[in-house]
Amino acid sequence: MDDLYREVIIERYKTPHYRGHLDPHDIFFEDDNPVCGDHIEITVQTDETDVVKAAAFDGHGCSISQASADLLIESIHGKTLDEVKSLTKDDVIELLGIDLGPVRLKCALLSLKVLKAGAYGLGTEEVSDALVE
Amino acid sequence: MKPKTPLNVDLLRADFPILTREIGSANKKLIYLDSTATAQKPTDVIDAMNDFYRLNNANIHRGVHTLAEESTAMYESGREQVAALINASPREVIFTRNTTESINLVAYSWARTNLQAGDLIILTEMEHHSNLVPWQMLEAERGVRLEFVPITNDYLFDMDAYRELLKQEPKLVSFTQMSNVLGTITPAKEIIRLAHEVGAITLVDAAQSVPHLPVDVRDLDADFMAFSAHKMVGPSGIGALYGKLDLLNAMPPFMGGGDMIKTVHLRSFATNEVPYKFEAGTPAIAEAIGFGAAAAYLQNIGMDAIAAHEQEMSEYVLEHLEEIPGITVIGPSAAHKGAVASFVMDGVHPHDVAQILDADGIAVRAGHHCAQPLHEKCGIQSTTRASFYLYNTKEEVDALVEGIYKVKKIFG
Repeated sequence: MDDLYREVIIERYKTPHYRGHLDPHDIFFEDDNPVCGDHIEITVQTDETDVVKAAAFDGHGCSISQASADLLIESIHGKTLDEVKSLTKDDVIELLGIDLGPVRLKCALLSLKVLKAGAYGLGTEEVSDALVE
Repeated sequence: MKPKTPLNVDLLRADFPILTREIGSANKKLIYLDSTATAQKPTDVIDAMNDFYRLNNANIHRGVHTLAEESTAMYESGREQVAALINASPREVIFTRNTTESINLVAYSWARTNLQAGDLIILTEMEHHSNLVPWQMLEAERGVRLEFVPITNDYLFDMDAYRELLKQEPKLVSFTQMSNVLGTITPAKEIIRLAHEVGAITLVDAAQSVPHLPVDVRDLDADFMAFSAHKMVGPSGIGALYGKLDLLNAMPPFMGGGDMIKTVHLRSFATNEVPYKFEAGTPAIAEAIGFGAAAAYLQNIGMDAIAAHEQEMSEYVLEHLEEIPGITVIGPSAAHKGAVASFVMDGVHPHDVAQILDADGIAVRAGHHCAQPLHEKCGIQSTTRASFYLYNTKEEVDALVEGIYKVKKIFG
Protein backbone atom coordinates (compact mmCIF):
# COMPACT_ATOMS: atom_id res chain seq x y z
CA MET A 1 0.00 0.00 0.00
CA ASP A 2 2.62 2.51 1.07
CA ASP A 3 4.55 1.39 -2.01
CA LEU A 4 1.57 1.87 -4.28
CA TYR A 5 1.03 5.42 -3.12
CA ARG A 6 4.68 6.44 -3.31
CA GLU A 7 5.19 10.13 -2.88
CA VAL A 8 6.08 10.62 -6.54
CA ILE A 9 2.70 9.22 -7.63
CA ILE A 10 0.67 11.43 -5.32
CA GLU A 11 2.84 14.42 -6.22
CA ARG A 12 2.49 13.87 -10.00
CA TYR A 13 -1.24 13.25 -9.62
CA LYS A 14 -1.81 16.47 -7.71
CA THR A 15 0.62 18.68 -9.62
CA PRO A 16 1.45 17.10 -12.96
CA HIS A 17 4.34 18.61 -14.87
CA TYR A 18 3.15 17.81 -18.37
CA ARG A 19 -0.61 18.32 -18.28
CA GLY A 20 -1.86 20.32 -21.24
CA HIS A 21 -2.61 20.30 -24.93
CA LEU A 22 0.01 21.32 -27.50
CA ASP A 23 -1.06 23.27 -30.56
CA PRO A 24 0.19 22.82 -33.18
CA HIS A 25 1.16 19.19 -32.75
CA ASP A 26 2.45 16.38 -34.94
CA ILE A 27 0.75 13.59 -33.04
CA PHE A 28 -2.59 13.51 -31.30
CA PHE A 29 -4.40 10.49 -29.88
CA GLU A 30 -6.98 9.81 -27.19
CA ASP A 31 -8.61 6.74 -25.66
CA ASP A 32 -10.58 5.53 -22.66
CA ASN A 33 -10.31 2.67 -20.26
CA PRO A 34 -13.78 1.15 -20.73
CA VAL A 35 -13.67 -0.49 -17.30
CA CYS A 36 -13.41 2.69 -15.29
CA GLY A 37 -13.91 5.52 -17.79
CA ASP A 38 -10.40 6.92 -17.37
CA HIS A 39 -9.51 9.15 -20.30
CA ILE A 40 -6.10 10.13 -21.66
CA GLU A 41 -5.19 12.30 -24.64
CA ILE A 42 -1.65 13.06 -25.72
CA THR A 43 -0.15 15.67 -28.04
CA VAL A 44 3.43 15.46 -29.30
CA GLN A 45 5.63 17.85 -31.28
CA THR A 46 8.57 16.35 -33.15
CA ASP A 47 11.47 17.92 -35.06
CA GLU A 48 12.50 17.12 -38.65
CA THR A 49 14.46 14.03 -37.44
CA ASP A 50 11.41 12.62 -35.62
CA VAL A 51 12.78 13.45 -32.19
CA VAL A 52 10.21 14.45 -29.56
CA LYS A 53 10.61 18.18 -28.88
CA ALA A 54 7.64 18.57 -26.60
CA ALA A 55 4.75 16.44 -25.38
CA ALA A 56 1.75 16.81 -23.11
CA PHE A 57 -1.18 14.80 -21.83
CA ASP A 58 -4.66 15.63 -20.63
CA GLY A 59 -7.52 13.59 -19.24
CA HIS A 60 -9.04 12.33 -16.04
CA GLY A 61 -8.78 9.24 -13.90
CA CYS A 62 -7.16 7.75 -10.84
CA SER A 63 -3.77 8.70 -9.46
CA ILE A 64 -2.08 5.70 -11.10
CA SER A 65 -3.38 6.57 -14.58
CA GLN A 66 -2.59 10.27 -14.36
CA ALA A 67 0.79 9.96 -12.64
CA SER A 68 1.95 7.30 -15.08
CA ALA A 69 0.92 9.54 -17.98
CA ASP A 70 2.91 12.42 -16.53
CA LEU A 71 6.01 10.30 -15.94
CA LEU A 72 5.72 8.67 -19.36
CA ILE A 73 5.43 12.01 -21.17
CA GLU A 74 8.44 13.29 -19.25
CA SER A 75 10.47 10.25 -20.28
CA ILE A 76 9.91 10.62 -24.01
CA HIS A 77 11.33 14.12 -24.38
CA GLY A 78 14.41 13.80 -26.62
CA LYS A 79 13.50 10.27 -27.74
CA THR A 80 12.99 9.34 -31.38
CA LEU A 81 9.59 8.09 -32.50
CA ASP A 82 11.15 4.67 -33.09
CA GLU A 83 12.24 4.62 -29.47
CA VAL A 84 8.73 5.65 -28.41
CA LYS A 85 7.27 2.80 -30.49
CA SER A 86 9.50 0.30 -28.73
CA LEU A 87 8.41 1.28 -25.20
CA THR A 88 6.77 -1.57 -23.27
CA LYS A 89 4.79 -2.25 -20.15
CA ASP A 90 8.03 -2.80 -18.26
CA ASP A 91 9.18 0.74 -19.00
CA VAL A 92 6.04 2.15 -17.39
CA ILE A 93 6.35 -0.16 -14.39
CA GLU A 94 9.92 1.00 -13.99
CA LEU A 95 8.89 4.66 -14.17
CA LEU A 96 6.26 4.12 -11.47
CA GLY A 97 8.57 1.97 -9.38
CA ILE A 98 5.76 -0.18 -7.99
CA ASP A 99 4.14 -3.56 -8.51
CA LEU A 100 0.59 -3.42 -9.77
CA GLY A 101 -2.22 -5.97 -9.86
CA PRO A 102 -3.93 -6.69 -13.19
CA VAL A 103 -6.70 -4.11 -12.74
CA ARG A 104 -4.45 -1.23 -11.78
CA LEU A 105 -1.95 -2.23 -14.47
CA LYS A 106 -4.64 -1.24 -17.01
CA CYS A 107 -4.82 2.18 -15.35
CA ALA A 108 -1.05 2.53 -15.55
CA LEU A 109 -0.79 1.42 -19.18
CA LEU A 110 -3.55 3.55 -20.69
CA SER A 111 -1.17 6.43 -21.42
CA LEU A 112 1.37 4.12 -23.08
CA LYS A 113 -1.35 2.62 -25.23
CA VAL A 114 -2.50 6.07 -26.33
CA LEU A 115 1.06 7.26 -26.93
CA LYS A 116 2.05 4.25 -29.03
CA ALA A 117 -1.20 4.31 -31.01
CA GLY A 118 -0.41 7.96 -31.80
CA ALA A 119 3.22 7.22 -32.68
CA TYR A 120 2.15 4.46 -35.06
CA GLY A 121 -0.58 6.66 -36.50
CA LEU A 122 -3.29 4.09 -35.81
CA GLY A 123 -7.01 4.65 -36.24
CA THR A 124 -9.33 4.53 -33.23
CA GLU A 125 -10.52 1.03 -34.12
CA GLU A 126 -6.99 -0.33 -34.41
CA VAL A 127 -5.98 0.24 -30.77
CA SER A 128 -5.52 -2.91 -28.74
CA ASP A 129 -3.88 -4.05 -25.55
CA ALA A 130 -1.31 -5.86 -27.71
CA LEU A 131 0.38 -2.45 -28.12
CA VAL A 132 1.55 -2.49 -24.53
CA GLU A 133 2.32 -6.16 -24.01
CA MET B 1 -32.29 -22.09 12.73
CA LYS B 2 -34.64 -20.05 14.89
CA PRO B 3 -36.07 -16.75 13.72
CA LYS B 4 -33.95 -13.86 14.88
CA THR B 5 -36.12 -10.82 15.43
CA PRO B 6 -34.82 -8.17 15.77
CA LEU B 7 -31.63 -9.03 13.99
CA ASN B 8 -28.92 -10.54 16.14
CA VAL B 9 -26.07 -9.55 13.85
CA ASP B 10 -23.31 -11.10 15.96
CA LEU B 11 -25.12 -14.43 15.90
CA LEU B 12 -25.95 -14.43 12.21
CA ARG B 13 -22.45 -13.39 11.18
CA ALA B 14 -21.41 -16.88 12.28
CA ASP B 15 -23.60 -18.19 9.44
CA PHE B 16 -21.24 -16.60 6.89
CA PRO B 17 -17.88 -18.41 6.85
CA ILE B 18 -16.17 -15.85 4.62
CA LEU B 19 -16.57 -13.11 7.22
CA THR B 20 -13.73 -14.63 9.25
CA ARG B 21 -11.32 -14.16 6.33
CA GLU B 22 -8.26 -12.03 6.68
CA ILE B 23 -7.03 -9.75 3.92
CA GLY B 24 -3.50 -8.96 2.80
CA SER B 25 -0.12 -9.39 4.44
CA ALA B 26 -1.25 -7.34 7.43
CA ASN B 27 -4.02 -9.93 8.12
CA LYS B 28 -6.77 -7.34 8.32
CA LYS B 29 -10.20 -8.67 9.15
CA LEU B 30 -12.47 -8.57 6.09
CA ILE B 31 -14.99 -5.74 6.19
CA TYR B 32 -17.29 -6.55 3.30
CA LEU B 33 -19.16 -3.45 2.09
CA ASP B 34 -19.96 -4.61 -1.44
CA SER B 35 -23.19 -6.60 -1.04
CA THR B 36 -24.96 -4.50 -3.64
CA ALA B 37 -22.61 -6.08 -6.20
CA THR B 38 -22.98 -9.53 -4.69
CA ALA B 39 -23.83 -10.76 -1.21
CA GLN B 40 -21.87 -13.29 0.83
CA LYS B 41 -23.33 -16.77 1.32
CA PRO B 42 -24.44 -18.45 4.55
CA THR B 43 -23.58 -22.05 5.42
CA ASP B 44 -27.22 -23.03 4.74
CA VAL B 45 -26.78 -22.13 1.07
CA ILE B 46 -23.29 -23.56 0.65
CA ASP B 47 -24.30 -26.81 2.34
CA ALA B 48 -27.52 -27.16 0.36
CA MET B 49 -25.54 -27.07 -2.88
CA ASN B 50 -22.68 -29.24 -1.62
CA ASP B 51 -25.06 -31.84 -0.22
CA PHE B 52 -26.92 -31.98 -3.51
CA TYR B 53 -23.72 -32.77 -5.41
CA ARG B 54 -22.57 -35.27 -2.78
CA LEU B 55 -25.86 -37.11 -2.34
CA ASN B 56 -28.52 -36.42 -4.93
CA ASN B 57 -27.08 -35.18 -8.21
CA ALA B 58 -29.01 -36.22 -11.34
CA ASN B 59 -30.68 -34.41 -14.20
CA ILE B 60 -34.20 -33.30 -13.44
CA HIS B 61 -37.61 -34.14 -14.96
CA ARG B 62 -38.45 -37.39 -16.78
CA GLY B 63 -35.98 -39.51 -14.83
CA VAL B 64 -37.51 -42.39 -12.88
CA HIS B 65 -34.51 -43.44 -10.84
CA THR B 66 -34.20 -42.36 -7.24
CA LEU B 67 -31.62 -39.64 -7.75
CA ALA B 68 -33.56 -38.10 -10.63
CA GLU B 69 -36.71 -37.99 -8.55
CA GLU B 70 -34.87 -36.48 -5.60
CA SER B 71 -33.17 -33.90 -7.79
CA THR B 72 -36.44 -32.91 -9.44
CA ALA B 73 -38.16 -32.56 -6.09
CA MET B 74 -35.29 -30.44 -4.71
CA TYR B 75 -35.23 -28.20 -7.78
CA GLU B 76 -38.99 -27.62 -7.58
CA SER B 77 -38.76 -27.08 -3.85
CA GLY B 78 -36.21 -24.33 -4.58
CA ARG B 79 -38.79 -22.72 -6.83
CA GLU B 80 -41.44 -22.95 -4.08
CA GLN B 81 -39.13 -21.29 -1.56
CA VAL B 82 -38.30 -18.45 -3.94
CA ALA B 83 -42.00 -18.00 -4.80
CA ALA B 84 -42.92 -17.94 -1.10
CA LEU B 85 -40.47 -15.10 -0.42
CA ILE B 86 -42.29 -12.79 -2.86
CA ASN B 87 -45.79 -14.24 -2.28
CA ALA B 88 -46.05 -15.70 -5.79
CA SER B 89 -47.33 -19.06 -6.97
CA PRO B 90 -44.44 -21.38 -7.97
CA ARG B 91 -45.81 -21.65 -11.52
CA GLU B 92 -45.25 -17.92 -11.93
CA VAL B 93 -41.54 -18.14 -11.09
CA ILE B 94 -39.22 -18.85 -14.01
CA PHE B 95 -35.59 -19.62 -13.31
CA THR B 96 -33.18 -17.60 -15.44
CA ARG B 97 -29.48 -16.88 -15.17
CA ASN B 98 -29.90 -13.51 -13.48
CA THR B 99 -31.90 -10.27 -13.42
CA THR B 100 -30.47 -9.32 -16.81
CA GLU B 101 -31.70 -12.51 -18.45
CA SER B 102 -35.11 -12.09 -16.81
CA ILE B 103 -35.47 -8.62 -18.31
CA ASN B 104 -34.26 -9.88 -21.67
CA LEU B 105 -36.83 -12.66 -21.52
CA VAL B 106 -39.58 -10.07 -21.23
CA ALA B 107 -37.97 -7.95 -23.95
CA TYR B 108 -37.69 -10.86 -26.38
CA SER B 109 -40.85 -12.80 -25.63
CA TRP B 110 -43.46 -10.36 -24.36
CA ALA B 111 -42.30 -7.10 -25.92
CA ARG B 112 -41.49 -8.45 -29.37
CA THR B 113 -44.96 -10.01 -29.48
CA ASN B 114 -46.89 -7.06 -28.12
CA LEU B 115 -45.08 -3.87 -29.10
CA GLN B 116 -45.08 -2.15 -32.49
CA ALA B 117 -43.17 0.78 -33.92
CA GLY B 118 -44.11 3.97 -32.12
CA ASP B 119 -45.23 2.24 -28.92
CA LEU B 120 -43.90 3.90 -25.79
CA ILE B 121 -41.80 2.29 -23.05
CA ILE B 122 -41.23 4.32 -19.90
CA LEU B 123 -37.98 3.76 -17.98
CA THR B 124 -36.20 5.93 -15.40
CA GLU B 125 -32.93 7.81 -15.39
CA MET B 126 -31.58 5.65 -12.59
CA GLU B 127 -31.79 2.28 -14.33
CA HIS B 128 -28.98 -0.23 -14.31
CA HIS B 129 -27.63 -1.00 -17.79
CA SER B 130 -29.60 -4.26 -17.65
CA ASN B 131 -32.87 -2.34 -17.74
CA LEU B 132 -31.68 0.08 -20.42
CA VAL B 133 -29.81 -1.81 -23.09
CA PRO B 134 -32.48 -4.48 -23.85
CA TRP B 135 -34.94 -1.65 -24.54
CA GLN B 136 -32.42 0.34 -26.57
CA MET B 137 -31.94 -2.80 -28.68
CA LEU B 138 -35.69 -3.07 -29.12
CA GLU B 139 -35.86 0.60 -30.03
CA ALA B 140 -33.28 0.04 -32.77
CA GLU B 141 -34.98 -3.12 -34.02
CA ARG B 142 -38.67 -2.21 -33.70
CA GLY B 143 -38.82 1.54 -33.54
CA VAL B 144 -40.47 1.59 -30.12
CA ARG B 145 -40.01 4.87 -28.25
CA LEU B 146 -38.24 5.26 -24.91
CA GLU B 147 -38.96 7.98 -22.38
CA PHE B 148 -37.27 8.39 -19.02
CA VAL B 149 -38.75 9.48 -15.72
CA PRO B 150 -36.19 11.92 -14.29
CA ILE B 151 -34.90 11.96 -10.75
CA THR B 152 -35.71 14.97 -8.61
CA ASN B 153 -33.06 17.22 -7.05
CA ASP B 154 -33.44 15.04 -3.94
CA TYR B 155 -32.59 11.93 -6.01
CA LEU B 156 -36.15 10.62 -5.87
CA PHE B 157 -38.45 9.24 -8.57
CA ASP B 158 -40.17 12.29 -10.09
CA MET B 159 -43.84 11.37 -9.69
CA ASP B 160 -45.11 14.56 -11.38
CA ALA B 161 -43.00 13.95 -14.46
CA TYR B 162 -44.18 10.33 -14.48
CA ARG B 163 -47.84 11.34 -14.41
CA GLU B 164 -47.15 13.66 -17.31
CA LEU B 165 -45.46 10.88 -19.33
CA LEU B 166 -48.35 8.52 -18.65
CA LYS B 167 -50.58 10.80 -20.72
CA GLN B 168 -48.70 9.46 -23.74
CA GLU B 169 -50.19 6.04 -22.94
CA PRO B 170 -47.14 3.81 -22.62
CA LYS B 171 -47.42 0.09 -23.30
CA LEU B 172 -44.74 -0.81 -20.75
CA VAL B 173 -43.33 0.80 -17.61
CA SER B 174 -40.07 -0.86 -16.55
CA PHE B 175 -38.35 0.55 -13.47
CA THR B 176 -36.05 -0.22 -10.59
CA GLN B 177 -37.53 -0.67 -7.14
CA MET B 178 -34.21 0.29 -5.55
CA SER B 179 -31.34 2.06 -7.33
CA ASN B 180 -28.04 0.22 -7.04
CA VAL B 181 -26.17 3.53 -6.94
CA LEU B 182 -28.39 6.04 -5.15
CA GLY B 183 -30.17 3.49 -2.99
CA THR B 184 -33.38 5.33 -3.86
CA ILE B 185 -36.46 3.24 -3.15
CA THR B 186 -39.17 4.01 -5.70
CA PRO B 187 -42.89 4.02 -4.83
CA ALA B 188 -43.43 0.81 -6.79
CA LYS B 189 -47.03 0.20 -5.79
CA GLU B 190 -48.11 3.68 -6.86
CA ILE B 191 -46.06 3.52 -10.06
CA ILE B 192 -47.75 0.23 -10.98
CA ARG B 193 -51.24 1.45 -10.05
CA LEU B 194 -50.87 4.51 -12.27
CA ALA B 195 -49.42 2.45 -15.12
CA HIS B 196 -52.37 0.07 -14.96
CA GLU B 197 -54.78 3.02 -15.12
CA VAL B 198 -53.51 3.73 -18.64
CA GLY B 199 -53.37 0.06 -19.56
CA ALA B 200 -49.58 -0.39 -19.39
CA ILE B 201 -47.81 -3.56 -18.35
CA THR B 202 -45.20 -3.18 -15.59
CA LEU B 203 -41.80 -4.77 -15.08
CA VAL B 204 -40.05 -4.25 -11.75
CA ASP B 205 -36.26 -4.55 -11.62
CA ALA B 206 -36.12 -5.96 -8.11
CA ALA B 207 -32.43 -6.94 -8.12
CA GLN B 208 -31.80 -4.66 -5.13
CA SER B 209 -35.22 -4.69 -3.49
CA VAL B 210 -35.97 -8.40 -3.06
CA PRO B 211 -32.71 -8.94 -1.12
CA HIS B 212 -33.28 -5.99 1.20
CA LEU B 213 -37.00 -5.26 1.60
CA PRO B 214 -40.22 -7.20 2.11
CA VAL B 215 -41.57 -7.57 -1.44
CA ASP B 216 -45.04 -8.93 -2.19
CA VAL B 217 -45.88 -9.24 -5.89
CA ARG B 218 -49.61 -9.56 -5.18
CA ASP B 219 -49.71 -6.47 -3.03
CA LEU B 220 -47.68 -4.53 -5.64
CA ASP B 221 -49.81 -6.01 -8.43
CA ALA B 222 -46.62 -6.24 -10.53
CA ASP B 223 -46.96 -7.87 -13.94
CA PHE B 224 -43.30 -8.90 -14.16
CA MET B 225 -40.51 -8.83 -11.61
CA ALA B 226 -36.84 -9.67 -12.15
CA PHE B 227 -34.21 -10.50 -9.53
CA SER B 228 -31.01 -12.48 -8.96
CA ALA B 229 -30.06 -15.06 -6.34
CA HIS B 230 -26.51 -13.88 -5.80
CA LYS B 231 -27.52 -10.51 -4.39
CA MET B 232 -29.76 -12.20 -1.79
CA VAL B 233 -27.18 -14.55 -0.21
CA GLY B 234 -27.74 -17.19 -2.91
CA PRO B 235 -25.41 -18.50 -5.61
CA SER B 236 -24.43 -16.72 -8.81
CA GLY B 237 -25.67 -18.08 -12.14
CA ILE B 238 -29.36 -18.11 -11.28
CA GLY B 239 -32.11 -15.54 -11.11
CA ALA B 240 -35.85 -15.42 -11.42
CA LEU B 241 -38.55 -13.83 -13.49
CA TYR B 242 -41.94 -13.53 -11.85
CA GLY B 243 -44.81 -13.05 -14.26
CA LYS B 244 -48.59 -13.08 -13.93
CA LEU B 245 -49.81 -16.45 -15.15
CA ASP B 246 -52.08 -15.13 -17.92
CA LEU B 247 -49.24 -13.07 -19.34
CA LEU B 248 -46.78 -15.96 -19.22
CA ASN B 249 -49.30 -18.32 -20.81
CA ALA B 250 -49.83 -15.96 -23.73
CA MET B 251 -46.13 -15.42 -24.38
CA PRO B 252 -44.10 -17.40 -26.94
CA PRO B 253 -41.02 -19.26 -25.71
CA PHE B 254 -37.77 -17.31 -25.35
CA MET B 255 -35.28 -20.07 -26.15
CA GLY B 256 -35.96 -23.42 -27.78
CA GLY B 257 -34.63 -26.78 -26.66
CA GLY B 258 -35.18 -29.54 -24.16
CA ASP B 259 -37.54 -29.19 -21.19
CA MET B 260 -39.48 -26.31 -22.75
CA ILE B 261 -41.40 -28.67 -25.03
CA LYS B 262 -44.35 -30.99 -24.64
CA THR B 263 -43.86 -32.83 -27.93
CA VAL B 264 -41.36 -32.49 -30.75
CA HIS B 265 -41.64 -33.77 -34.35
CA LEU B 266 -39.19 -33.21 -37.14
CA ARG B 267 -41.12 -30.20 -38.40
CA SER B 268 -43.03 -29.01 -35.36
CA PHE B 269 -43.14 -28.78 -31.60
CA ALA B 270 -45.65 -27.98 -28.88
CA THR B 271 -44.50 -25.99 -25.86
CA ASN B 272 -44.57 -27.20 -22.30
CA GLU B 273 -46.65 -25.36 -19.73
CA VAL B 274 -45.24 -22.48 -17.68
CA PRO B 275 -42.79 -22.14 -16.08
CA TYR B 276 -41.04 -24.92 -18.05
CA LYS B 277 -41.89 -23.26 -21.36
CA PHE B 278 -39.23 -20.68 -20.51
CA GLU B 279 -36.59 -23.03 -19.08
CA ALA B 280 -34.96 -24.58 -22.15
CA GLY B 281 -32.09 -26.97 -21.55
CA THR B 282 -30.71 -28.41 -18.34
CA PRO B 283 -31.05 -25.62 -15.80
CA ALA B 284 -28.72 -24.62 -12.96
CA ILE B 285 -30.02 -27.34 -10.64
CA ALA B 286 -27.69 -26.97 -7.67
CA GLU B 287 -28.04 -23.20 -7.96
CA ALA B 288 -31.85 -23.45 -7.87
CA ILE B 289 -31.52 -25.48 -4.68
CA GLY B 290 -29.12 -22.87 -3.29
CA PHE B 291 -31.50 -20.09 -4.39
CA GLY B 292 -34.29 -21.81 -2.46
CA ALA B 293 -32.07 -22.14 0.61
CA ALA B 294 -31.21 -18.44 0.36
CA ALA B 295 -34.88 -17.44 0.13
CA ALA B 296 -35.69 -19.66 3.11
CA TYR B 297 -32.76 -18.24 5.08
CA LEU B 298 -33.93 -14.65 4.53
CA GLN B 299 -37.56 -15.48 5.19
CA ASN B 300 -36.63 -17.27 8.38
CA ILE B 301 -34.75 -14.23 9.65
CA GLY B 302 -37.56 -11.98 8.44
CA MET B 303 -37.39 -9.37 5.70
CA ASP B 304 -38.92 -6.82 8.09
CA ALA B 305 -36.08 -7.35 10.54
CA ILE B 306 -33.48 -7.14 7.75
CA ALA B 307 -35.00 -3.93 6.37
CA ALA B 308 -35.11 -2.39 9.85
CA HIS B 309 -31.45 -3.24 10.47
CA GLU B 310 -30.45 -1.76 7.12
CA GLN B 311 -32.44 1.40 7.80
CA GLU B 312 -30.49 1.83 11.00
CA MET B 313 -27.22 1.20 9.16
CA SER B 314 -28.20 3.65 6.45
CA GLU B 315 -28.87 6.44 8.94
CA TYR B 316 -25.62 5.72 10.76
CA VAL B 317 -23.44 5.63 7.67
CA LEU B 318 -24.93 8.79 6.14
CA GLU B 319 -24.56 10.69 9.39
CA HIS B 320 -20.88 9.74 9.69
CA LEU B 321 -19.88 10.08 6.04
CA GLU B 322 -21.45 13.48 5.63
CA GLU B 323 -19.43 14.73 8.61
CA ILE B 324 -16.17 14.14 6.74
CA PRO B 325 -14.96 17.30 4.98
CA GLY B 326 -14.64 16.83 1.24
CA ILE B 327 -17.03 13.87 1.06
CA THR B 328 -20.30 14.17 -0.85
CA VAL B 329 -22.80 11.33 -0.65
CA ILE B 330 -24.85 10.98 -3.84
CA GLY B 331 -28.41 9.95 -3.05
CA PRO B 332 -31.53 10.75 -1.07
CA SER B 333 -31.90 11.01 2.69
CA ALA B 334 -31.83 7.78 4.71
CA ALA B 335 -35.62 7.65 4.94
CA HIS B 336 -35.91 7.08 1.19
CA LYS B 337 -33.07 4.71 0.53
CA GLY B 338 -31.56 1.32 1.09
CA ALA B 339 -28.24 0.85 2.86
CA VAL B 340 -26.11 2.06 -0.04
CA ALA B 341 -23.72 5.00 0.21
CA SER B 342 -22.17 6.17 -3.05
CA PHE B 343 -19.84 9.07 -2.54
CA VAL B 344 -17.27 11.26 -4.18
CA MET B 345 -14.21 12.65 -2.44
CA ASP B 346 -12.69 15.98 -3.44
CA GLY B 347 -9.47 15.47 -5.37
CA VAL B 348 -9.32 11.69 -5.07
CA HIS B 349 -10.44 9.20 -7.72
CA PRO B 350 -12.74 6.37 -6.50
CA HIS B 351 -10.19 3.75 -7.58
CA ASP B 352 -7.65 5.25 -5.24
CA VAL B 353 -10.17 5.37 -2.41
CA ALA B 354 -11.07 1.72 -2.96
CA GLN B 355 -7.46 0.62 -3.18
CA ILE B 356 -6.42 2.32 0.04
CA LEU B 357 -9.47 0.96 1.88
CA ASP B 358 -8.63 -2.53 0.59
CA ALA B 359 -5.31 -2.35 2.40
CA ASP B 360 -7.34 -2.23 5.61
CA GLY B 361 -9.47 -5.18 4.52
CA ILE B 362 -12.41 -2.95 3.55
CA ALA B 363 -14.10 -4.06 0.32
CA VAL B 364 -15.96 -1.25 -1.48
CA ARG B 365 -16.68 -0.78 -5.17
CA ALA B 366 -15.43 2.01 -7.42
CA GLY B 367 -16.79 2.95 -10.82
CA HIS B 368 -20.09 3.75 -12.46
CA HIS B 369 -21.75 0.57 -11.10
CA CYS B 370 -23.38 -0.26 -14.44
CA ALA B 371 -25.37 2.98 -14.32
CA GLN B 372 -23.35 5.28 -16.51
CA PRO B 373 -26.30 7.48 -17.61
CA LEU B 374 -27.15 8.15 -13.97
CA HIS B 375 -23.60 9.30 -13.29
CA GLU B 376 -23.76 11.54 -16.36
CA LYS B 377 -27.00 13.00 -15.04
CA CYS B 378 -25.35 13.70 -11.68
CA GLY B 379 -22.35 15.25 -13.46
CA ILE B 380 -19.83 12.80 -12.06
CA GLN B 381 -17.62 10.22 -13.71
CA SER B 382 -17.69 7.58 -11.03
CA THR B 383 -18.28 7.03 -7.33
CA THR B 384 -17.03 4.91 -4.47
CA ARG B 385 -19.87 2.77 -3.17
CA ALA B 386 -20.15 1.20 0.26
CA SER B 387 -23.17 -1.05 0.63
CA PHE B 388 -24.50 -2.84 3.66
CA TYR B 389 -26.47 -6.00 4.36
CA LEU B 390 -27.83 -8.01 7.26
CA TYR B 391 -24.33 -9.02 8.42
CA ASN B 392 -22.80 -5.53 8.57
CA THR B 393 -22.23 -3.68 11.84
CA LYS B 394 -21.78 -0.11 12.99
CA GLU B 395 -18.19 -0.96 13.93
CA GLU B 396 -17.59 -1.66 10.25
CA VAL B 397 -18.97 1.77 9.37
CA ASP B 398 -16.55 3.25 11.92
CA ALA B 399 -13.70 1.39 10.20
CA LEU B 400 -14.82 2.78 6.84
CA VAL B 401 -14.80 6.31 8.21
CA GLU B 402 -11.34 5.77 9.69
CA GLY B 403 -10.16 4.39 6.33
CA ILE B 404 -11.48 7.45 4.51
CA TYR B 405 -9.49 9.69 6.83
CA LYS B 406 -6.44 7.62 5.92
CA VAL B 407 -7.13 8.28 2.22
CA LYS B 408 -7.38 11.98 2.97
CA LYS B 409 -4.05 11.86 4.78
CA ILE B 410 -2.29 10.08 1.88
CA PHE B 411 -3.67 12.53 -0.66
CA GLY B 412 -3.10 15.45 1.73
